[in-house]
Amino acid sequence: MTTTTDRPTTALHAAAVPDVERVRRARRTPRRRHALVVMVLAVAALVALLVNLLLGSYTFTAPDAVRIIVGSGIDRPTAEFILMEQKLPRALTALLAGLCFGASGAVFQTVLRNPLASPDIVGISTGASAAAVVALLVFGARGDVVALAAEVGAVGIALVVRWVAGGIGSYRLVLVGVGIASAMLSVIHYLFTRAAIWDAQLALRWLTGSVAAAGWDEVRLLVVVLVVLLPLLWWSASSLRITELGPDAASGLGVTARRAELVMLVAVLLVAAGVAVVGPIAFLAFLSGPIARAMNAGRTSVIGGALVGATLLLAADYVGHYLIGDVNMPAGIITGAVGAPFLLWLMARGATGRSPR
Amino acid sequence: MSTTAPTRLYAEGVSLGYDDRTVVDDLTVAIPDGKVTVIVGGNGCGKSTLLRGMARLLRPRGGAVLLDGEAVHTMPTKQVARRLGLLPQNPIAPEGVTVVDLVGRGRHPHQSALRRWSRDDDRAVAEALALTDTTDLAERVVDELSGGQRQRVWIAMALAQGTDLLLLDEPTTYLDVAHQVEMLDLLAELNLRAGTTIVMVLHDLNLSARYADRLVAMKEGRVVAEGTPAEVVTEDTVRDVFGLESRVIPDPVSHTPLVVPVGRHLGRPGATIGDPPTKERP
Repeated sequence: MTTTTDRPTTALHAAAVPDVERVRRARRTPRRRHALVVMVLAVAALVALLVNLLLGSYTFTAPDAVRIIVGSGIDRPTAEFILMEQKLPRALTALLAGLCFGASGAVFQTVLRNPLASPDIVGISTGASAAAVVALLVFGARGDVVALAAEVGAVGIALVVRWVAGGIGSYRLVLVGVGIASAMLSVIHYLFTRAAIWDAQLALRWLTGSVAAAGWDEVRLLVVVLVVLLPLLWWSASSLRITELGPDAASGLGVTARRAELVMLVAVLLVAAGVAVVGPIAFLAFLSGPIARAMNAGRTSVIGGALVGATLLLAADYVGHYLIGDVNMPAGIITGAVGAPFLLWLMARGATGRSPR
Repeated sequence: MSTTAPTRLYAEGVSLGYDDRTVVDDLTVAIPDGKVTVIVGGNGCGKSTLLRGMARLLRPRGGAVLLDGEAVHTMPTKQVARRLGLLPQNPIAPEGVTVVDLVGRGRHPHQSALRRWSRDDDRAVAEALALTDTTDLAERVVDELSGGQRQRVWIAMALAQGTDLLLLDEPTTYLDVAHQVEMLDLLAELNLRAGTTIVMVLHDLNLSARYADRLVAMKEGRVVAEGTPAEVVTEDTVRDVFGLESRVIPDPVSHTPLVVPVGRHLGRPGATIGDPPTKERP
């Protein structure tokens, strides 16, 4: 097919003939793998969603659930209320917030080239949470204003971490972020101890994250945020493949550091939206990226990370809600319990980014 | 800007530095088109800084780097990337990335949100793999390759970019001598066959003299000698640039200058400078 290729005219060793077919074939394999991973994860998220809807302490058959959701009624007001006002918004919130956390974590870990540098570890999630708690308890804000405060807080903390660490892509960023994260946690603790009414459920939500309080307002907020941010992420994420080659190589290919910062900003806004609705779900963003990577032969997948996040949050909520004794355990405690050993395992494996020596 | 630049890539009175330190000061150099130019000099002489400045990784404090008569720092960076390829000193191969995938990323400057991947891209990648003799590695994961193979793959990525100008920052570092020669042969062939203008920073003066059409010797941020290897590599210049006493003899293989360092010790006790070999072999 490519027999007319220009042969070297010099006495130099004859170069091999370009093999376009082989390139096409070799490109296909990883892409197929990725498509498969995304498909499997999408199915997993869907199954988790259905389990949360249909099973639990109040179970539904699939036909009943469909009938209630499409509104043709089955004349059981309690069942309708539980599905439409409790289970469905709660499960959808977990799904959408999980997507936010997972996508954000995968972007952070890829741009910063360090599995430790996820937004929950470098203080972005706790920053968003602290800002939300300040708005909630100090200024008496409610609803979307709290969410806005979380977004502003997350961006503010991201700028502080970046400024103190001296730029993106250094190992210092993780250390600085961990410090800021604990400072933010103490801000939340402080505000709750000073608050007139100590509400343990509320405090838990803003400290470790919980899906329990979710309603349709939360779902609406997440849908709006995702509709705006996902196309932006899709557009900017094509440069992630170049950014991850290192700053110099990326510049050589025409991708400036500013482009990487734009992707990071989208990721910060995504995680803050998740936090505004369900609190800083412990380790969720941190866990999602590496799990998606492991399934995708080590390669980055932002969509994969998002779907892992959704599946994990749905699963954590189900486990915490129904499977652990008679306590209603917040999802953040479950993900925290899974995330901590994973963190230790990463450290022990030494896969925690390149330190200067 | 100026259209009087003598060559496609031309640094005009350029000053470069980091933070408050100026490393390259008011330097002018013309990179001959279609030739191999090697920048040499001691550690910290500013040779990598100059290359980074020419590759628009550093913004000049004074002067300009002109590409086809236009200042590279004011051109859209993607437009520069379609004309000027770069292999930096420490590129990072992402985990799990395959050879074709990595080489394919060199096509990024030719793509956009609307135009993502085409047959032209497949073709450019196939050609880059063929030129660097890495077609057989196409499906392999880059982390699992040897150092020499990996460096060839990175060069393939830069070639897939399809530029007539290629800048390389110490492309032979971390390679053993056999792979260094292999790498430089590859670049020389590329230059001969495709007419690609090559600019690289190298440490090994003898290999530089062998492979360069033009040598640029730098010291303390300035060009101290410039010309063909025979003009630049003299005992005086080596003393001036590297602070090293040496003898320069013709390379028995290529007849380019060969620097033989003198040093203070000759390895064997009792030997003196200019001693004939102790054991003559017929």
